[in-house]
Amino acid sequence: MTALLATICLILISIIVVQIGKVTELAGKIRGEEEVQEQSNKRHANYSLIFMVLFLAATLVSAWYYKDSMLWYGPNESASEHGSSLDSIFNITLFFTGLVFIITQILLFYFAWKYRGQRGRKALYMPHDNRLEVIWTVIPAIVMTFLVVGGLDAWNEVMADVDPNEEYIEIEGTGYQFAWHLRYPGPDGKLGTRDYRLVSGTNPLGQDWTDPKNLDDFHPSEIYLPVGKKVRVRITARDVLHNFYLPHFRVKMDAVPGMPTYFVFTPKTTTEEYRRKLGALNLNGEPMYPEWHEPVDPSDPESPKKFEAFDFELACAELCGEGHYAMRRVVKIVSEGEYQDWLSKQQPYYESTIKGTDDDPYKEEAAPESEVESQPEEAEPETPQTTETTE
Amino acid sequence: MANVETKPVVHEEDLLIEEYGYDDHFHEHHHGDKYQSNFITTYIFSQDHKMIAKQFLITGMFWAIVGAAMSLIFRLQLGFPEENMAWLKPLLGKWITVNEAGIGSLAPEFYYALVTMHGTILVFFVLTAGLSGTFANFLIPLQIGARDMASPFLNMLSYWFFFLSGLIMFLSLFLNTGPFSGGWTAYPPLSALPQASSGSGAGMTLWLLSLVFFVVSVLLGGINYITTILNLRTKGMSMWRMPLTIWALFVTAILGLLSFPVLVSAFLLVMFDRGLGTSFFLSEIFIGGQALDHVGGSPVLYQHLFWFLGHPEVYIIILPAMGLVSEVLSVHSRKPIFGYKAMVYSILAIGFLSFIVWAHHMFMSGVNPFISNFFVIFTLIIAVPSAVKVFNWIATLYGGNVRFTAASLFAIGFVSMFISGGLTGIFLGNSAIDIQLHDTYFVVAHFHIVMGVAAFFGMFAGIYNWFPKMFGRFMNETLGKIHFWGTIIGAYAVFWPMHYLGMAGVPRRYYRFDSFAAFGQFDAMNQFITIAAIVTFGFQVLFVINFFYSIWKGRKMTSRNPWGATTLEWTTPLEPGHGNWPGKLPTVQRWAYDYGKDGKEFIPQIQPLEEGEKEGH
Repeated sequence: MTALLATICLILISIIVVQIGKVTELAGKIRGEEEVQEQSNKRHANYSLIFMVLFLAATLVSAWYYKDSMLWYGPNESASEHGSSLDSIFNITLFFTGLVFIITQILLFYFAWKYRGQRGRKALYMPHDNRLEVIWTVIPAIVMTFLVVGGLDAWNEVMADVDPNEEYIEIEGTGYQFAWHLRYPGPDGKLGTRDYRLVSGTNPLGQDWTDPKNLDDFHPSEIYLPVGKKVRVRITARDVLHNFYLPHFRVKMDAVPGMPTYFVFTPKTTTEEYRRKLGALNLNGEPMYPEWHEPVDPSDPESPKKFEAFDFELACAELCGEGHYAMRRVVKIVSEGEYQDWLSKQQPYYESTIKGTDDDPYKEEAAPESEVESQPEEAEPETPQTTETTE
Repeated sequence: MANVETKPVVHEEDLLIEEYGYDDHFHEHHHGDKYQSNFITTYIFSQDHKMIAKQFLITGMFWAIVGAAMSLIFRLQLGFPEENMAWLKPLLGKWITVNEAGIGSLAPEFYYALVTMHGTILVFFVLTAGLSGTFANFLIPLQIGARDMASPFLNMLSYWFFFLSGLIMFLSLFLNTGPFSGGWTAYPPLSALPQASSGSGAGMTLWLLSLVFFVVSVLLGGINYITTILNLRTKGMSMWRMPLTIWALFVTAILGLLSFPVLVSAFLLVMFDRGLGTSFFLSEIFIGGQALDHVGGSPVLYQHLFWFLGHPEVYIIILPAMGLVSEVLSVHSRKPIFGYKAMVYSILAIGFLSFIVWAHHMFMSGVNPFISNFFVIFTLIIAVPSAVKVFNWIATLYGGNVRFTAASLFAIGFVSMFISGGLTGIFLGNSAIDIQLHDTYFVVAHFHIVMGVAAFFGMFAGIYNWFPKMFGRFMNETLGKIHFWGTIIGAYAVFWPMHYLGMAGVPRRYYRFDSFAAFGQFDAMNQFITIAAIVTFGFQVLFVINFFYSIWKGRKMTSRNPWGATTLEWTTPLEPGHGNWPGKLPTVQRWAYDYGKDGKEFIPQIQPLEEGEKEGH
């Protein structure tokens, strides 16, 4: 019935539309085509001008309206050190392109309006003007050079790998359908070797347990990092392409099966500091960013405010299948003390899950009491095990 | 429409052609016109370039409607994820899952299938085949003064391979496992492993097959366009006298010929990986509870091959639109296109550069960051010829006597869109900024405005402008102008806000945003975009009605050259038959842009230079 009604409506609308067209055409015949064309020129030239003004106003107003939600403005400064240099290039580019955008849009619609067709007027014969053309070839070239140099300078610095002699924390993120599996190197500071053929329900990353570096690696469910320390993320994928994306830190890198990639960054704002910034009050004691003071759950005004519940997030930014949109992990940036505290609470995956089982190469040598210890108390720190059962 | 229409110029062209034309004895050899003897050879297996152009156009319109309708369905999901979609069940069947409460929701697999199909259809079927297939076929022989394409038979095959390709893609929509759903770029391993996604099984097989046939179509068409332009130009039509439409279509065809075969090679290797157990793109994969045997391949290699086509492809889409817009702007401003030679050189420069920038799609894919330096430099160099084109279009309007028609409005709208979308390319081409913006809605906004909407605007300008030549009737101007204003406002309303989403870090290709606190705060904006998309679609329905109504009932064209244009297609009879000109072929005496010269409204290309007159450029 609704389908029928909708069809009838559609047919009626089409008839009306066609009739409007016909009527205007008839009117044209009566009044003479030149007359009609000239009137139409005038009308649509005016529309062009109105459109230009409204369009430019809408772009500026909407940008202002959303400034506190965009990562470059309001409270949303980069939470990593390298991010600030990227943000400044973004803003320089925005300045130049914004200027060009406004000037060219104005000229385009203004000229269309100014030189609307009028009877008796002759168009200028102006096939080219070499001087003008040189000017508007050279100026963009200079601006582009400027942007390229700035951009590449930052790019090469950001993308440089760590120097083996410097101090850094190495962690690992492995994408699979559809979650991230995280691994920390443990006290030895080194991630153990992996072989994808060893992957199983109890060994989600295919760690080689004969490699002693693996024995202290642990698998947390959240990324914990100390503020101000350089971090190298080793990024891998187990099945298809994923992308390790930390929006607030300006970190993004594909996770490629068979080819580990990396991204180096230094967090500069703790989660707590970032929350405070979002929830900041101005001199009158009013929220500076009211949208961050709304309750997390709109139906429950008592629920925590958005800034209080804020957390940095890890997402996937490369289409990886039907669960692509939900590969979330929380990222916590804490002080060095809190970080050490957290580290001391982590139990190596080998200890909690592997030790003493059939997968344990040291089973024979292991003392019997470790058998008891190997029974995991808190099953496994990360949840998504259910999706990957070994056949 | 034009002032000229009232003047009794109808036969002037014939006299000029008779006097200066070139007798190729065409009609002595084609008695009875074997090409168009019955219904089938006239309308179905036609070898006449004008009919093939119409076939491409109407097939392209069909796909545009299908592709746009798909986008509305996934926009509903993004704007109103909680709304009941059970009403779509009759159309989508099992892809709408209805819960106990009777609330239907779109299955995520099918959401991704829709996104993938939307991209594939729009990029290949609409903006490649529908745009250059239509206008290359229609305009090349008419504007260079040729009887037809160099090989009418290959030309016919080109359409029918396109048709076959479309048919296969259409069938894949009805597969039990769903059509391919791994994104229009079809990156392996997702696309190579049926275990990775339901659409990567039979859906991907049909997708690959369809696109291989599509490439055959593009190559048959492209080689024909190039040959025709190089060999069949009429006397006097030197390269520097060709209209910019022809230059653009020429470079487009060359880009297609050089880049599409690389795509087929990538597809072949994917097929080998899928069917023969090779490991070109696969390595160290554990999926579905199993470690696969593939080792040593690289998914990044596929991306190189894909984007070696993929980047020229965006210029294959935009160059014809640029050519059409240059021509339409010049004709309706009654002024020569400003800087003709600069326009040609910028087309050539863009065409050349398009081959050495492909890895700017891959800054964050794990390629060596050092390599990106080169791609950043070449990418941002493209901004220079693009800027030259924009300034030249604006300068073409300057001092003109602009006739506002649906065609010229869309041409002006094209320039506006090209500016808006082109400038955001400067952000994305700079790898440092791309770290943050890569695969966010900023990218979606950028390419939809610069090569989606802009290319559509070029296409609309072309259709409104050449419709009289195609069908002997005008499209309704009032409806055309309503269509324009609705579309430009609607398209900006849809895509402009996406910049803000991207700047807030929201990734593209998300089925819902509420899994993340950072991405889930834009419900109102997403609803606005969805509503704007539906309204904009409504304006396209208006265009479709206008189009088909006008084919049969539109105002008849009474004079041969309604817009007062200089180019050759307007010297043909009102409804040109096979061979385009009934008698001799016209010869060309001057460049294509003598508007307003020496006080004359326009001087057709067939008009000889006066004594002492210097050629325009």
